[in-house]
Order: sequence, then structure tokens, then C-alpha cells
Amino acid sequence: MEHQAPPFFKTGPTPLTRLLIFAFVSLALLVTDARFKYLDTLRQIAAVIVYPLQRIASAPASIARRAGDFFVTHSSLRNENARLVQKSLASAALLQQFESVRAENAQLRALLGAREKVAVKSLLAEVLYAARDPFSRKIVVDKGSRQEVTGGQPVIDQFGVIGQVTRVYPWLSEVTLITEKDHLVPVLNVRNGLRAVLAGTGTDGALELRFVPLNADFQNGDRLVTSGIDGVYPPGLPVAEISNVERSAAFLFARITCKPLAGVNANLHVLIVSAERQIPQRPPEEEKPARRKKTRKGG
Amino acid sequence: MMHSRATVPQEILLPVKPAFIVATLIAALLANLLPWSGWWLWLRPDFVALIVLYWCIEEPRTLGFTAAWLLGLLMDVADGSLFGQHALAYSILAYAGIVLHRRVQRFSVTPQMLHVIPLLLLNDIIVLLIRMLTGSDFPGYQYFIGSFIGGALWPVISILLKLPQRPTPDPDHA
Repeated sequence: MEHQAPPFFKTGPTPLTRLLIFAFVSLALLVTDARFKYLDTLRQIAAVIVYPLQRIASAPASIARRAGDFFVTHSSLRNENARLVQKSLASAALLQQFESVRAENAQLRALLGAREKVAVKSLLAEVLYAARDPFSRKIVVDKGSRQEVTGGQPVIDQFGVIGQVTRVYPWLSEVTLITEKDHLVPVLNVRNGLRAVLAGTGTDGALELRFVPLNADFQNGDRLVTSGIDGVYPPGLPVAEISNVERSAAFLFARITCKPLAGVNANLHVLIVSAERQIPQRPPEEEKPARRKKTRKGG
Repeated sequence: MMHSRATVPQEILLPVKPAFIVATLIAALLANLLPWSGWWLWLRPDFVALIVLYWCIEEPRTLGFTAAWLLGLLMDVADGSLFGQHALAYSILAYAGIVLHRRVQRFSVTPQMLHVIPLLLLNDIIVLLIRMLTGSDFPGYQYFIGSFIGGALWPVISILLKLPQRPTPDPDHA
């Protein structure tokens, strides 16, 4: 048997050993993160370390944007001002109606004894950067748990829903866009009140309605708003417009493609909405009644 | 017969300052964190992988697994991806760099690129595999463009990162 001479220099474990150790730790982390979600503290710590770098990295773009804002022409400002005045007049009329309708609604709800309370507060956040990861549709915004953002809050822009806060760091939070693959939003067809579930497809600008029966009344151009049954999105926020309906008898469900209404990945600023709704308590899980044996009558 | 490597003059460089390595790694992280979007995102090489590979090849004693792994964790947090996927990819990259460093150092810059591109591709493939195992779709072949661009940046990086180690010409011997 050949005897191997001891090494002259002590260099610690061989690269292969180290690789195995680190690969094992990484895999353990992966599995823990994917299965158990125990690693939030570790993630928070790392997030605090990366935060200054993230801010520095996104600084040039935001400085350039602000400098661009500074050098706007007089005429474009005047035009914008005129447009805004007109818009504010138009919305003032609507707002007055809204006030009275809301009062009426509250009164009716009180009469009905329904406990629907939608006190919508919102927080303006700046988009720091959009999905740097080609796999996921996410944006990172500059408000975090320090500004009382919590996970699950819906995020909207002036046209409609763009996504939902999925991870909160001290000064940042991560918003998963509605176009993220398998991200679900319960929606309602404005035209006829039909409910459905809208799912992201992972490609920009395309959403699909899932599990819609072939004969359901969905047409091109129908607008979909949040139905609010999930308790996450407040009801009535515009989400998408149906762009293509394909019915084929070969499939169980209709293939309905939709286009998001909000500029899902073309925003500089977004609103994080916190809808404090009192959702009735989920009824306690009923104990499954012991199956009674079916008594068959006749043969 | 002259072998090609004999024609490459071997420079004698000063030892690398650890602070310089740290600075380049931070710069690479910053470059990765820039707000890339749209097509630029596909074209973006993984700067951290590139710099980690560079230091593993040039200074395998200084930069090791721990640094590569920690940088991977930071990238995972910044990307909001699953913990450990970049960490795993960078550890394997560091291993490849450390094992191959004697071989790669022998070559001149252009053949070095031919070593670097497959290693960066390997890095991408590991991340891709993990993503696909956890339920993502294949993002398309443009996903791999970044590695080739990273390889193309290799000569620039190897010149830039060697600059501070060049000995200053001694005025007495000029």
C-alpha cells in the first residue's frame, strides 16, 4: 500500500471538501426557505447589509430623473397645469356624488347590519428597481416596515392594481406583480358580476382567467375589477381587460386572455393601499361527520 | 519549438491588497444592483460571478468559498429569490476557479476567455436548474447571453484589476 506523505503546508481542507460543505449548507438553506419559511430573520439581516448598496445603485437613475424634472419647459408645465385643473374639476363633481353615495351606502349597510368597512389609506412609494431577475415579475419599492407597510397589502397605480406586497424589509419592500406566474387575483366582471380568478402567466402584459366554464358570459373588452372576496384586495379596483376569448370544445374551460389595465411595469411611483376591512371570522373547521353508510334501495 | 505560453511575458506583480479585492467585490455588487430592465437585463453579465471567478483564479489563497458564498446570499436577498441559489452557484464557481487557477493562469487573455465563458454558463445553468425545480418556466435562450458578454468583458477586467498591482517604475533606475 502506498503511503502518502503528509503535506508540507497546512492549507486546511481541500477545495473539494470545502465545496461539499458550502454546497450542503446552500442546499439546506434552499430547502428550508422553499419549504418552511424559517429564514426571515436571516433575510432581514442580509437585507439591511444590502440596503445602502441598493440605494447607491439606484441613485444615478433617480438623480437623472429629478434633474430631468427640473428642466421642464414653461409651456409643458402650463399645459399640464391646465389639464390637471380640468381633471380636478371633473373629479370634484364625481367626488361630491361619491360623498353622498358613500353616506347613503353607509346608511344602507347600517340598515342591513353588514359590517363592511373599507377605510382605505394609501402610501406613495417610489419604485427603486424592477425585476432584475428574468424569472420573476417583482418590483422593489422604497417603503418598508418602518413606514408600516405589511405583507399582503395591495399596490396600485392610477389605472388599477399592479400587485401585492410580498416581502417587507425595514426600509424596502418587495411587490409581486399580478403578471407573476401563478399569482392569483379574485376578480369580478363589471358587465355582469360574474366572478373568476385571474392568474399571472409570467409574461409581461398577459393574464389569464382560470377555470371559467365554456358557456360563461365573458366577452372581449369586458373590464375586470377585484371582487374582494379574498380579503386581500379591496373590492372594486380595476385590474384587467379581456383581450381574447377562445372557446374550444376540446377543453373543459374557456381560454381567456386579459391585458392588465395598470402600467404593471412602467411606473415610477405606486400607491401601497392598506384596506382595513373587518372580515368576519373564518368559521371554525367543522368536524367531519362520520360517513353514514348509504343504504341502497333496490338493486 | 516555442510553445505559445512561452511567448507570453510573465509580469511580476505586487501582492494584491485585500482592501482592493473587497472594493472590487462591492463594485461588482453595485453593478449587479443597478436598475437593469428590459433587454439590458438579458444582456447584463453577472458581475459578481465574474469578479469572484477572477479573484479565485488570480488569488485563490485570498478569496475563497466563504466570500463567494456570502456574496451569493446577498444577491439572493437583493433579487428576492430563494435563499441559497446564488450562494450554491457561486460556491461551485469558486471551486472551479480554485481548481483551474494554475491552468488558466498559464494562458494569455484570449484563451482564458474560453475557460471563463463555460464557467459563467455553468453558474447560469445552476441558477436556472434551481429555478426550474422550484416551478419557474424556462426563460428562453437569451438568458445565456449575459455569460458570453461576461466572457467578453474578461480582458477588460483582467487589465483593470491588474493595474494597481503594477510596480511603479523606480525613478532611480529609469
